[in-house]
Amino acid sequence: MTEIVTESILSVAGLSASIAGQQVVEDVSFEMLPVGVTALLGRNGVGKTSTLRAIMGLIERSGEVTIAGQRVDREPTHRIVQRGVGYVPEDREVFSSLTVAENLRLAERDSSPNRQLIHELFPDLTDRAGQLAGTLSGGQQQMVSLARALVNDNRVLLVDEPTKGLAPLIVMDVAKALERAAQTVPVLLVEQNLQVVRMLAEKAIVLEGGRVVYDGSAEELLSNEALTKELLGVA
Amino acid sequence: MSTIILLLITGLGLGALYFLVASGLSLIYGLMGVLNFAHGSFLTLGAFAGWELARRMDGSSWGTLIASLVLGMAVGAFVAAATEFLLIRRLYNRHIEQVLVTVGLALASVALFEGIWGTDAIYVTAPEWLSQTTEILGARVPNDRFLMIGAAVLVLLGIVAFLRYTRFGLIIRAGVENRSMVTALGIDVRKAFTVVFAIGGAAAGLGGVLASHYFGYVSPQLGGSLLIFAFIVTVIGGLGSLAGAAIASVVVAVLQQFANYFWGGTGDLMVVLLLAVVLLVRPTGILGKKA
Repeated sequence: MTEIVTESILSVAGLSASIAGQQVVEDVSFEMLPVGVTALLGRNGVGKTSTLRAIMGLIERSGEVTIAGQRVDREPTHRIVQRGVGYVPEDREVFSSLTVAENLRLAERDSSPNRQLIHELFPDLTDRAGQLAGTLSGGQQQMVSLARALVNDNRVLLVDEPTKGLAPLIVMDVAKALERAAQTVPVLLVEQNLQVVRMLAEKAIVLEGGRVVYDGSAEELLSNEALTKELLGVA
Repeated sequence: MSTIILLLITGLGLGALYFLVASGLSLIYGLMGVLNFAHGSFLTLGAFAGWELARRMDGSSWGTLIASLVLGMAVGAFVAAATEFLLIRRLYNRHIEQVLVTVGLALASVALFEGIWGTDAIYVTAPEWLSQTTEILGARVPNDRFLMIGAAVLVLLGIVAFLRYTRFGLIIRAGVENRSMVTALGIDVRKAFTVVFAIGGAAAGLGGVLASHYFGYVSPQLGGSLLIFAFIVTVIGGLGSLAGAAIASVVVAVLQQFANYFWGGTGDLMVVLLLAVVLLVRPTGILGKKA
């Protein structure tokens, strides 16, 4: 009989966050599976990105954030990352005045970074190593952003809307890269594209008004048209 | 023609001093968003340290000059790094408090320097060659101008090489663009802050020793008087842009020299007018990036 691993890799309890005095996340609690993809879903503006940023310590927050059993909510962002958290921000945030190679070199924390994996997943980046990241297309910039997270051996990846604004063909490339990454590291994925969520996620957490309103199977949620429409506004 | 050459090279020499101060200001603002009004104090302290060394040795020898330049840099770097570590680090993203602390430090340090070295200007001695002139296309150019220009070029090349070829340089370049994303890659950007302050302080300390030779004296007000123009240069060049600071240093200093000579001592007025025009036409400065 196969043992089912249930210990959470990332857990959030009573997480609240504010930006410029405005509450954007309110008492959010959830646990993330130690394998595969957990999708963090919700309508626009419900606090998905803010939740990721709060976990990362990029905005003011209160509550508990635990990674692999260790409380990290009092630690600065760089220490949280050094504990093995890879972060792919919304809108890529590549360093446009640095080359592709410099963007990747900057992200390398490990003594033996996964350059071979990056080359296999994104061969285009190898060819464009000397090109300024600011001159890349949106899809290529997203690859740089993902590659920066995948170049290290992480315990967990937080990925924020990786397919936003990308052409359909590129969306599938990004989804395949995430699928491959999720074979070795659990991923917390914020994503609006439900086709990608269906393809990748085992678990779904839905936020509404900064709070968790669904925490369960992604398949059950997305196969229930009425529930999907009610919680996400789309079917 | 000889007057033009003289004004041009003298302007370049003064521009070199402006650049040595402005380069640090620009890097510090670019990475940390800190307007450091205490930067002139690093320059003054570097100048006094250089003078203290020179008066204990043979002030007219090249060895003493080089040693005083190195000491000025070291003192500037140390004091700047200590300022960042002890005062500024606690005040990131608190801009009003930063201004209050750095202005207060600038005022207090001038008072401290006056208490230690007195209020009068102290004249410096230098190798004989520096007080001589070299004829270029009929113009007799004071040799110290070449020292200023050479030092500024070396500092510019050194900073560019540091930024381009070292990991700290990579972190600084990335941090200037997006500081929070640098931390989100697991990098403690505060270390880069200290390094940038140290580099800026070293350049200011070097500028202090050179300024004492350019003007022929060192005084507690030396840094403050250069800081005003260095700020103007930094704004005209574009806050955070090293290349912009280099270009603006030359433009401001040469304009100042020509206006002083041809338009009856209106150099400072012309610089302020240039600042106003740049702010109206291109508010981000020559090479500054839009917010």
